[in-house]
Amino acid sequence: MNPNKSKRKAKEAAQGISFMLPTIIIMTVFTLIPIIYALFLSLNKVSLVGESSYQFVGLKNYTNAFQDERVWIALKNTVRYVIIVVPCQTILALLMASLLNSGIKFQNTFRTIFFLPTLTSSSALTMIFMFLFSLTGPVNNILVDFGILSEPINFINETQFALGTIMVMNIWSTVPFFMTIYLAGLQDIPKTMYEAAQVDGANAWKRLTRITVPQIAPITNYVLLMGIIGCFQLFDQAYIISGGSGGPNNATLTLSLIIYQYAFKSFDTMGYASAIAILLTIIIFVVSMLARKLNKEDVNEDGGAAS
Amino acid sequence: MKIKRFWKILTYTLLIGYGLVTLYPFLWAVMASFKPYSEIIGGGLSLLPKAPTLENFSYIFTRDPLFPRWILNSFIIATSGTILNIIFNSMAGYALARLSFPGRKQMFLIILAVIMVPAQILLIPNYLIMKSIGILDTYNALILPGAINFGYIFMMRQFFVNFPKEVEEAAQMDGLSRTQTFFRIVFPMAQASIATQGVFVFLGLWNEFMKPLLYITSPEKYTLTLGLQSFQTQNATQWNYIMAASVVSIIPILILYIVLNKYFMKGVRIGGDK
Repeated sequence: MNPNKSKRKAKEAAQGISFMLPTIIIMTVFTLIPIIYALFLSLNKVSLVGESSYQFVGLKNYTNAFQDERVWIALKNTVRYVIIVVPCQTILALLMASLLNSGIKFQNTFRTIFFLPTLTSSSALTMIFMFLFSLTGPVNNILVDFGILSEPINFINETQFALGTIMVMNIWSTVPFFMTIYLAGLQDIPKTMYEAAQVDGANAWKRLTRITVPQIAPITNYVLLMGIIGCFQLFDQAYIISGGSGGPNNATLTLSLIIYQYAFKSFDTMGYASAIAILLTIIIFVVSMLARKLNKEDVNEDGGAAS
Repeated sequence: MKIKRFWKILTYTLLIGYGLVTLYPFLWAVMASFKPYSEIIGGGLSLLPKAPTLENFSYIFTRDPLFPRWILNSFIIATSGTILNIIFNSMAGYALARLSFPGRKQMFLIILAVIMVPAQILLIPNYLIMKSIGILDTYNALILPGAINFGYIFMMRQFFVNFPKEVEEAAQMDGLSRTQTFFRIVFPMAQASIATQGVFVFLGLWNEFMKPLLYITSPEKYTLTLGLQSFQTQNATQWNYIMAASVVSIIPILILYIVLNKYFMKGVRIGGDK
């Protein structure tokens, strides 16, 4: 080989590695090592009082998790949350995107307004919603004024309503983002497809189910995945509404919240919290894969649209 | 014809209705930030303040001991985090797309894999790692781990793969080194991708709640999102101050949104293309 060429090659390799260096260091320290560390922690009893100490306990943290009533409550709350919120936000987002895409005026104005919740921190939004749903807040006022309720409900402090309030809030705040994603996808579908279908006599329902839905299947895939992953990780709103307790009566206890409590709010349970975190990761992974698979099959039937 | 008109009216009604549902909480918060405490908890459906006052804002800015500090903290963390992300993500994306070095393929596969790792699994080990390297309860606890973003490294790689080689070759003919070419020629031409990731990284850092909650313990180092919670005291929730502070926390993002609207929409599009 030409010595000049091999010198240039070595130089390029050095450059490539130096360009990657910040990424390699940060990824190793804060992502790759932590993954292994989390597995290690989950097999130990971890004590941070004084000198940190690790005592190997095998799978005990995992078996304990299955016998922990609060873990089951957290799992039940989280699953209920995913099952209700994900379909609602997906359907509502698609519906609003279709309305926006139906050749109306002021599309940009609507889009700009709708996007506002996406920009706002969960912290500020949750505080605002806590007031809206409080005893003297507008939601109670409206419901009482219209005679739907005979007296105001303390939505946030009552077991049967607390999680529902977070659901409403989360659907409200995530729909705009997914709607915008859908809108971008809808605008990419060639108009000629609809014109051809119309010539063939396909009605609105047929155009929706035969053209729109299959064409945007990859986007639905993405929206479902992001929705599932986001909902399983629910933490901020549940933490803020309950002050970190998961109350009232464990009604807002989610898996993320219970991990936080065991890791940082009680002694010697960091290993146990790590085991629950790993179980949560496995759940998220499996459910995401299943959702992906189910949706792919839907697409293949009509062909073409798969990503 | 009549049917068409009916659909049109229905569409607008639904859109306007949904717009009101979206706007109401914000309008309410803005209006409440000008109301005295007694008027907020007094109930009633009136949005407009009966006796508008700037007292809430004046309190949080001049008499609250820490609120101005929290704004500054959020700014420092979000700004420095965004700058680091832009530099590091672009460098990594460029190397993965254009430079051949040993392990490039493996590196790319690792990055694709870690995109899917949920935050929960990293929280506890990162806490312990930060504790042992002594950055717990400092700005670095929030800046360093978030100084790169695997999703945007991937996005930058896609951008540079399609970047015309001729431009770089011309620059090199002119005697620029590879590093000079990158920072002087390639970087400016990647403006749109860089702006898009910058906007979303800033938004993410500015709005982050869980990490400050876990890694920051001194109230003077709180970010705005964390500070908001401290208006909830044992006895009462100071709604008037919370609303004023919430409104203030939204303003910088709102300005960013108005100025860089097209990049927000672009970022969403990239998200959807996956």
